[in-house]
Amino acid sequence: MASAGRRSAPYLLSLPALLFFAALLVTPLLMIAGLSFQAFDLNTGRTGGLTLGNYADTLGDPYYHAIFLRTVGISLATTAICILIGAPEAYFLSRMRAPWRSIFLIVTLSPLLISVVVRTLGWALLFGRNGVINQALAALGLASSPIPMLYTVQGVVIALVHVAVPFMVISVWAALQRLDPKVIRAASSLGAGEFTIFRRIVLPQVIPGILSGSLIVFALAASAFATPAIIGGRQLKVVATATYDEFLGTLNWPLGAAIAIVLLAVNATIMLTYNRIVERRSARFAQ
Amino acid sequence: MSRNGAFAIAFHTLFVAFMLAPLVVVMWMSLTPSNLLSLPTSALSLRWFRAILDHNQFIDAFWFSILLGFLSATLAMLLAVPVALALARHRFPGREGLVALFLSPLIIPHVVLGVAFLRFFTQIGTTGTFAGLLGAHVLVIFPYGLRLVLAALTTSDPAIERAAISLGASRWTVFRRVLFPLMIPGVAGGWVISFIQSFDEVTMTVFVATPSSMTLPVRMYHYIEESIDPLVASVSTVVILLTFLLMAVVDRIYGLDRILVGKG
Repeated sequence: MASAGRRSAPYLLSLPALLFFAALLVTPLLMIAGLSFQAFDLNTGRTGGLTLGNYADTLGDPYYHAIFLRTVGISLATTAICILIGAPEAYFLSRMRAPWRSIFLIVTLSPLLISVVVRTLGWALLFGRNGVINQALAALGLASSPIPMLYTVQGVVIALVHVAVPFMVISVWAALQRLDPKVIRAASSLGAGEFTIFRRIVLPQVIPGILSGSLIVFALAASAFATPAIIGGRQLKVVATATYDEFLGTLNWPLGAAIAIVLLAVNATIMLTYNRIVERRSARFAQ
Repeated sequence: MSRNGAFAIAFHTLFVAFMLAPLVVVMWMSLTPSNLLSLPTSALSLRWFRAILDHNQFIDAFWFSILLGFLSATLAMLLAVPVALALARHRFPGREGLVALFLSPLIIPHVVLGVAFLRFFTQIGTTGTFAGLLGAHVLVIFPYGLRLVLAALTTSDPAIERAAISLGASRWTVFRRVLFPLMIPGVAGGWVISFIQSFDEVTMTVFVATPSSMTLPVRMYHYIEESIDPLVASVSTVVILLTFLLMAVVDRIYGLDRILVGKG
């Protein structure tokens, strides 16, 4: 009897959360998947009848092609820059001395806890035609006319890097914490130079951290809403803002649902493929 | 380890400047005495902070967000603690599937969750209700709290519990005297991180919030969409300062680096 109670205990403990997830995650996702197959009458705004038309529109229309390509491009660029600046920063942080290390770790990561809207507002103030950067450049005589940054792809990428780079620092930092300092001392006592140590010992350890960090950064950038909406403006649409427009602007919910499902599928595919690569790599390192 | 060289220090300085620049600009801009968006250089003024008091929309949204964050963090922890106990102390069929399900809100794009909730709430007739928004927030923040409680439990030694049982303690006593004290830092840290996640959430909330149920970030987003003026900078400054205050408190009770880096 006691053993039966012990066996059912984990299920009973998880049951409330499981019911909650069934009601508020599984049901809404199934409903949105169902909605994406419904036809939509542009004149009456009524939905009904099964169709693949929404997917044909999403996948076939050059307008949506451009939006998906732009979203993927922005996400890839954000991920690449996050690797280029986040990984070295984590490495330098890990080499700092005792009080500075935790102080700067918090300084680097704390913007993570401040609202994305607030941080994006900061970039909008910096980027504007009469924004802080352009005024500074003009005052220094470095630019004859304002450099466009607001409402540009590069502006969106810079702001997204700011939002996402702490996650890269965290992943690489966590990977570096698993690095045994004794290995480095051993290598150095065997005559390895600084660069050799970095290339042969630190880098192989850090790569899994970079890979898992990239996954988080990419997912974050691909589904970001507030940053591309504020910095990109109305012209520079990404998947998240296009979905928002279909739902709350043109009210074509089935089409919006299809866009959302495609985003979910693309996201899941990239994550699973990436995960497989990461696992294969780490299996090779373990040998 | 060897010390950082000049290049490393220069790189680090630039990185910190990059991370802090937008926050510093927002706070600086909020002190402008003028009606225009320009950094104040000759005079500082608190007029835009006084202006917040004349805009009830921000104050109402602020209290709404606080209440929503408080309730959703509490509910999420109430659901997450039993799950963490099950996952940390039991090996059972379907365990991996449960972990994947409970952590899935982290990897599902919030836009997708937003449209799914909007459709769901419209169908069951709870659009714009507090209960609907609360449920949506609990779901989104659930994995954050779960991870911290789980981390606190997995780093503690189950042998202590076995020792207590072998010494004749009942299950309830073991929970009260051994497990619960072990979990407290994780639960406290998890609650705060859940609260912050709820307070900051905008991508999903923007779909389900209505004018009568609007959180502060969504209210600010809609305001910025129309126009950017010093008022929204002063509101942002208040948010930044309160976040720093909360972080200082968390640092005292749990250790901010542990929460941010996610170690147990």
